[in-house]
Amino acid sequence: MTGSKTVIVDYGVGNIGAVANMIRRVGGTAVSTSDPDVIEGADRLILPGVGAFDQAMEHLVNSGVIEVLRECVLERGTPLLGICVGMQVLGKGSEEGGAAGLGWLDAEVVRFDIPELASDLRVPQMGWNELRSVKADPLLSDFVNEPCFLYFLHSYHMRCHREDDVVAWSHYGYDFPSLVRSGPVWGIQGHPEKSLRFGMSIFKRFLDEVRCAT
Amino acid sequence: MLRRRVIPCLLVSDGGLVKTTRFGNPTYLGDPINAVRIFNEKEVPELVVLDIRATQEGRGPNLDLVRDLAAECFMPLCYGGGVTSVDQVGTILGLGVEKVCVNSAAYDDPKLITESARCFGSQSLMVSIDAKGGWPWGLRAYSHGATKRQRSDPVTHAKQMEAAGAGEILITSVRDDGRMTGYNLELIRSVSEAVKIPVVASGGAGCIEDFGAAVDEGLADAVAAGSLFVFEGPHRAVLISYPDQADLSAVL
Repeated sequence: MTGSKTVIVDYGVGNIGAVANMIRRVGGTAVSTSDPDVIEGADRLILPGVGAFDQAMEHLVNSGVIEVLRECVLERGTPLLGICVGMQVLGKGSEEGGAAGLGWLDAEVVRFDIPELASDLRVPQMGWNELRSVKADPLLSDFVNEPCFLYFLHSYHMRCHREDDVVAWSHYGYDFPSLVRSGPVWGIQGHPEKSLRFGMSIFKRFLDEVRCAT
Repeated sequence: MLRRRVIPCLLVSDGGLVKTTRFGNPTYLGDPINAVRIFNEKEVPELVVLDIRATQEGRGPNLDLVRDLAAECFMPLCYGGGVTSVDQVGTILGLGVEKVCVNSAAYDDPKLITESARCFGSQSLMVSIDAKGGWPWGLRAYSHGATKRQRSDPVTHAKQMEAAGAGEILITSVRDDGRMTGYNLELIRSVSEAVKIPVVASGGAGCIEDFGAAVDEGLADAVAAGSLFVFEGPHRAVLISYPDQADLSAVL
C-alpha cells in the first residue's frame, strides 16, 4: 500500500505516546523516530510538542532532524502536521524566547494579550475550545455540520501574516488561529491526541486523506 | 465557544477505584481502567486520578497503573499520589500523562514544584491543597490524606505554590468530601482571588447547579467532582455517569 508511512518525529519534546496511541485507536500505524533515513521515507509527518518554544527548537536542532524535515516538506511536499509547540516552531519566532523558528509559516508566536482578555480568562488557556473553520480543509471534513472542540493548553498563540493560511479560528478573549495551513504544512494549536472523538477524526483524516502532492 | 472543565476526580486505593466521605470510609467502586473507558465514551473533558494511599504507605506512584490509565485515556489525564521527585514527574509524563498532581511533598520541598516546572513546564504541574477548619487555628492546609496539619493556611500555600511554579491549584474541602451538599464556596473564592493560575474546585458537588456556584461565586476556573459521577440515587448505588453537555452548558 502506498502513502501509508506516517512518522511521528521524536525529538524529545511532546507526548509521543499519546499521539501513537490515538493513531492506533483510529486503525492507523505510525513509527516514532528521529532517524533521518526513516523520516526521509515518510509519506506524512507529525511534529508533536509540549512546553517552551526555545526548548523545543533546541531539541529540534540537537536531534539533527531539521535538514531532512526541510528537504521532505519544502522540497518534496511531504505533508507535516505540527501540534501545539510543534505548530509554533513552524513560525519565524516567538515572544516566549529568542530562538528562531523554522520559518515555514509566515507567522509569529505571541503571548496571550492579557489586558485584551475578559477578567475571568486565565493564562494558560487550559481547557476545551471550539474551532471555527473559515475554509474547507480535509482535517476538519467531519465537522461541516457539527462543531469541533479540542483540548488546549497554551500561553502563546500564532499570529499569521497571511490571513489566507488560517483554516480555523478559536476565541479566547479574542480570535487566534487554531488550525493553519500553507501548502503541505499544517499546524494545530490544540491537542488532538487528547481530544476524544474530535482528535480521532482529525488524525484519521490526516492519515486517510492527506497525501504528498507530488 | 469555551467549555468549562467539569472533571471527574477518581480515587484509587490498592489498585481499585474507591470513593471516600470526608477522606474516610472508602467505598469500593470497581476497576479504574473500566471507569476510564466509560468516561471516554461519555466525552469528559479531563480526568484526575489520585492514589490516596501512596503517600501514607510511603511508596512511590504505581507506574503500572499509570501506564494502563494513560493507554486507555483519550482525554487529558492528571495523576497524583506518592510523587516526591522530579524524576518521578518526568517518568509519569513520559508514560503519556499530561499533568502530575503533587500534594504532601510540596510542603517540605517546594523546590520539587520549581524544578519540575523548569523541566516540564508549569502547565504540567497541579498542586492539590486539602483544607480543613478547626478550633483554634482556623482553616489550615492538610497533607497525607488530611491527617497531617500544616502550618500554612490554604490561601498562603496556594500563593507560595503559584510562585514556585505550579500551573494549577486543586482546592478540596475535606469536610465536604463525599457529602454532596455543595462546595465550600468561601474557601474556593479565597483561593481563586489569591492566585492568577487556574483553580479547580473540589469537595462537595451534589448536583450540576453546584458547578455553576463554584464558577460564579467561587470564581473557580474549573470544577471537579467524585460522588456525583460514581453514585446514583439516595442509596449511593455505584453507577458511573456524566451529565449531558447541554445540561452543563445551561449552568456554566
